[in-house]
Amino acid sequence: MSTDAALPLRRPAPRGRLGAGLRALAGRAAPVLTVVLVLVAAWYAAAVAMNADGQRQAFERAGTADAGWRAFVAGTWAQGHPRLPAPHQVAAEIAHSVLDVSPTSKRSLAFHAAVTLQATALGFLLGAAVGFALSLLVVHVPSLDRGLMPWIVASQAVPIVALAPMIVVILAQVSVTGLLPKAAIAAYLSFFPVAVGMAKGLRSPEPSHVDLLRTYSASRWQALRVLRLPASLPFLFASLKVGVAASLVGTVVAEVTKSEDGGLGARLLAGSYYGQTVQIWAALVVASACGAALVGLVAAVEAAVLRRMGAGR
Amino acid sequence: MSAAAVPHPAGAPASPFAVEARDLSLVFDTGDGPVHALSHVDLAIRPGEFVSLIGPSGCGKTTLLRVIADLESATSGSIAVKGMGPREARLKRSYGYVFQAPALYPWRSVARNVALPLEIMGFPKEERRRRVAAGLDLVDLGGFGGKFPWQLSGGMQQRASIARALSFDPDLLLMDEPFGALDEIVRDKLNAQLLRLWHRTGKTVVFVTHSIPEAVFLSTRIVVMSPRPGRIHDVVECGFPPDRTLDIRETPAFLGVAHRVREGLRAGHAYVD
Repeated sequence: MSTDAALPLRRPAPRGRLGAGLRALAGRAAPVLTVVLVLVAAWYAAAVAMNADGQRQAFERAGTADAGWRAFVAGTWAQGHPRLPAPHQVAAEIAHSVLDVSPTSKRSLAFHAAVTLQATALGFLLGAAVGFALSLLVVHVPSLDRGLMPWIVASQAVPIVALAPMIVVILAQVSVTGLLPKAAIAAYLSFFPVAVGMAKGLRSPEPSHVDLLRTYSASRWQALRVLRLPASLPFLFASLKVGVAASLVGTVVAEVTKSEDGGLGARLLAGSYYGQTVQIWAALVVASACGAALVGLVAAVEAAVLRRMGAGR
Repeated sequence: MSAAAVPHPAGAPASPFAVEARDLSLVFDTGDGPVHALSHVDLAIRPGEFVSLIGPSGCGKTTLLRVIADLESATSGSIAVKGMGPREARLKRSYGYVFQAPALYPWRSVARNVALPLEIMGFPKEERRRRVAAGLDLVDLGGFGGKFPWQLSGGMQQRASIARALSFDPDLLLMDEPFGALDEIVRDKLNAQLLRLWHRTGKTVVFVTHSIPEAVFLSTRIVVMSPRPGRIHDVVECGFPPDRTLDIRETPAFLGVAHRVREGLRAGHAYVD
């Protein structure tokens, strides 16, 4: 899977900007590909070790215990219900459940990923908005800083796995169903990094930058607009990246509780219920890919915003 | 010495002075006990004067400037800025302040940095554009409005910060070692520019420095301060013609004033070390 992506390395680099771009891409891709190769190799090795017992039993049942180590290893990578499926089995399961099945079907991973991403996005927006509002309150009202901050921190000490079912039940009592309960759990996890990061960011301006505005007798609102908000942007984006990943975790946990609507969490639950390890791992890999894509999306917005703000180095 | 003491119409708000401090003291409470940053300071600055505050670190020169700007509050004594209390003067945007570091906002272009006070004070857009262009020309940064601060040298950044302080045309300019971090050659050039600017505009300037030649070259009066407690040790008049150039630094008159300032600094320091 990596040979195609590595091809540009060997091709003579075209001249000009395009060539420089390709070289830069190759320079960044090479370390990533190396890590991927090492991980995949380790995964295959682990699959042999984890599935060896099952394979031995299978060979004994079939009376082919002397089939040789090549057949044995190949067997550990091709079991129907392996303890640890091999990477190509997971890849095949993903390809099958994304490409061969209609995206509106409940058997399509794309369908479940879309369900998860919807709740994640809504929960992330809610959480980021709440976190942002809290940071403004905490920074501008000293008594809230002392009174509110301990509760904000304590909120994250509660295990979300224990809390998620209760949130679903309580919201169902007040007829809030569908997307919102899941988004609420995602928001519960994502507001925290945003609140803490933004509070730090809003307090980050240098004293001379603050004094300068004082000499203009700028209002608090003006100081927020021209100094504190722009100064906090690097902190904001760092915490948004943490927050969006936390939102995804929150949504998946919520889907395990509330599996009737589908989603990657529901898929995990179903897979574990029926012992479908390949299906579980396929859902896990797709969930990780979704997380990486969301963080990448935030990073892309960050790069665009910071470039506009003169971070051209 | 006696020039520091000024006859005082008790508490009269219609002060003829741009800045008037009387028996001003400021004590900072620190973990190691009280620090007397300013002790019984009397100083009156007439409109149009260029007054330098000179002294070793810890003598309270920056603190005095910050008290004038209402960035610190005096513990006792009185201070008037253009006949008002310092807070009122600050709220009425009576002065421009130039910090030791350029303090440009890194996410704003140079032009938008210069426009910052104008934005906050609500100048209309067209007026802002006009003033920013004029301000950048004034400090020889005509073509650099679109650059970001990190693309400029230290001297250019400090010039931009001076343009920013002048953009709303305050008639009092408070400058805290604005050229302290610059090399000698750049500093000479900026000194000459600042002198021309002061001569042309007739603004009142209060200028903190620890460079004797800089103080003597720029000032109409030099306030020599000494540390622990921070107080005024001597006030030296310099009557050089306002259209002077850097060449006067070789003249006996210039060296004479510089000598007196140096003696003052030495005397103020002697029993501390």
